[in-house]
Amino acid sequence: MTEVNLSKVVKFYGKHRAVHGIDLAIHDGEFVVLVGPSGCGKSTTLRMIAGLEDISDGEVSIGGRVVNDLPPRERNISMVFQNYALYPHMTVRENLGFSLKVAKKEETEIEKAVDEAAGILGLDELMERKPAELSGGQRQRVAMGRAIVRHPDVFLFDEPLSNLDAKLRTQMRVEIKKLHQKVGNTIIYVTHDQVEAMTLADRIVLMQDGYIVQVGTPLELFNAPVNTFVASFIGSPPMNLIDGTVSGTDTIKLAGGLDVPVPAAARGQVTDGQKVQFGFRADNLMPEGHAVQEEGEKANLELTVTLTEPLGTETVLFTDIAGTEVQAKMLNPRPVRPGEVLKFRLMLDKCHVFDANTTEAIRG
Amino acid sequence: MLRRRFPEWFVLLLPAIIVIAAVVLIPLIFSLYSSFTPYKLTRPSTLWTWVGTYNYEKILTDAKFWAAFGRTVLFLTIVLNLELVLGLGIALLMNKVTWGQRTLRTILMFPMMFSPILVGFQFKFIFNDNIGLVNNALQSMGFNVALPWLVDGKLAMFSIIFAEVWMSTSVFAILILAGLFAMPRDPLEAAKVDGCTPWQSFRHITLPFLMPFIFIAMTIRSLDVARAYDIVQIMTGGGPARRTELLWTLMSRTGYVDARMGLANAMGYVSILLSIVFTIYFFHKLSAARAQIGMGG
Repeated sequence: MTEVNLSKVVKFYGKHRAVHGIDLAIHDGEFVVLVGPSGCGKSTTLRMIAGLEDISDGEVSIGGRVVNDLPPRERNISMVFQNYALYPHMTVRENLGFSLKVAKKEETEIEKAVDEAAGILGLDELMERKPAELSGGQRQRVAMGRAIVRHPDVFLFDEPLSNLDAKLRTQMRVEIKKLHQKVGNTIIYVTHDQVEAMTLADRIVLMQDGYIVQVGTPLELFNAPVNTFVASFIGSPPMNLIDGTVSGTDTIKLAGGLDVPVPAAARGQVTDGQKVQFGFRADNLMPEGHAVQEEGEKANLELTVTLTEPLGTETVLFTDIAGTEVQAKMLNPRPVRPGEVLKFRLMLDKCHVFDANTTEAIRG
Repeated sequence: MLRRRFPEWFVLLLPAIIVIAAVVLIPLIFSLYSSFTPYKLTRPSTLWTWVGTYNYEKILTDAKFWAAFGRTVLFLTIVLNLELVLGLGIALLMNKVTWGQRTLRTILMFPMMFSPILVGFQFKFIFNDNIGLVNNALQSMGFNVALPWLVDGKLAMFSIIFAEVWMSTSVFAILILAGLFAMPRDPLEAAKVDGCTPWQSFRHITLPFLMPFIFIAMTIRSLDVARAYDIVQIMTGGGPARRTELLWTLMSRTGYVDARMGLANAMGYVSILLSIVFTIYFFHKLSAARAQIGMGG
């Protein structure tokens, strides 16, 4: 069983505090993605788990063993780096077998393990090439192969796909997920791309400024963001947020004079005169007649479209509510011209309310 | 009258051709020619006596020449290896320095800024058997000895090697340090995670990456050391009894002291072979090392 536990882990760079005492328990075989904007401490956290950075305070344990003072080689982990970090002077075969060679394993054993890893990742044709003779995607596969050869307890991925082009990234994402299903090890994966986080993770750990903001399954983060940061980070397009003030107990007056009822989840949690941010996703603001769900409470709005982004199966419509730009989604799209006025339906039971001061979600 | 016109390209290249001919080609041809004559500086007319390969035959059977030749090869081997090991060590240590590294790098270059002649005088004083620093220091520490540093053949060789290494180790250190700076950090981190001990990381990752830099330093230094003259001339003058005679001290003695320029030139042409062999060897190694780390041939 290989759990990874972080307990009050702190990282100082000089006087700058990069990671603020985070706690995290990662279960055996779990695929956990650390995600957040650059500088949020996600890579630093990963490198502390790997042993490439000292842990300033707190405790990291892998498989029940505290590893704070162990060098990377004694942690039984393997890591895939953003820049692949292949050994340029070795062939693919030597790259794959290197960790076993330095561990002084038998020739035949190395060969078997290398061939197995090459088989899993489809590297058989490339075994005698040097890294310089490989494409980006191939290099990334070699880097992954090098990681799985050792049968480590934990895989660490540090933004492994950010150097690849969009198409290859999608393809490698699938390969990484397949790899996890095949080998079943614990994986800790760092990315700044929320799509990667959503598609790969069993659980997402969203970080900001050295703190963990929210931990949960992709759908938990999507459906119940704890604050406006999570709401605008997870999901594409980001959640629409409009300033407003609570009036009475069940109405929110939006900045431009529009009134919306307080969503069911927040009813009874708000007070008269409270400053809030009213949030909803583009998927929950749809033009009439375009596969709008029948059930649930709705508000009707007439809005002017300012910009359209056709994506094929849907079109993202940019419009304006109370002076704030918002995005809406049109399923089964028809051509829409900017300036056109459409009737929209806002699905009130999917809306969120956040406290304007603390940015935290108000939810029952 | 018809004036002959030279083609344009020739006219345009003429200044370069004249300069190269004057400073390189003519001296080269002249020295090559004179190596086939018994040319003595004191009797210029000897320049016109053709003796064929007599000088070369003489050199090939000359024990003194071959002793100097062998000694130069030995000197070269010891000096280059010592400088490599020390330079590598210094570079690795310097790479760890986080504060004041620029200043240290400048200080490291100091020995290279001295004229070799001055370095020679400096060490001649340091190793002097009566008033030298080393013997004085030894005596102050209670060793009642006066080691004949520059008088005993083996000690004299040691002293010269010491001076040469002192002066030029920084060439290796600087070039290897440049290599360390250029080295990507990722493969080293990958090696750490892959289970390498610090020694294994150095052996399997750092060293292969540094090899091209090492061979560049080797090539430069082998050409330098093969024409070692100043330090030796000042410290021992090739003595005692020719025990520190290197090719260039022998050649200068033959050419200028004995005035036998024809013979000296012949020696020059034979010993140039040494430099060529070393250069080809190191270049070969260099391109192999470059190909090895994927920098292309």
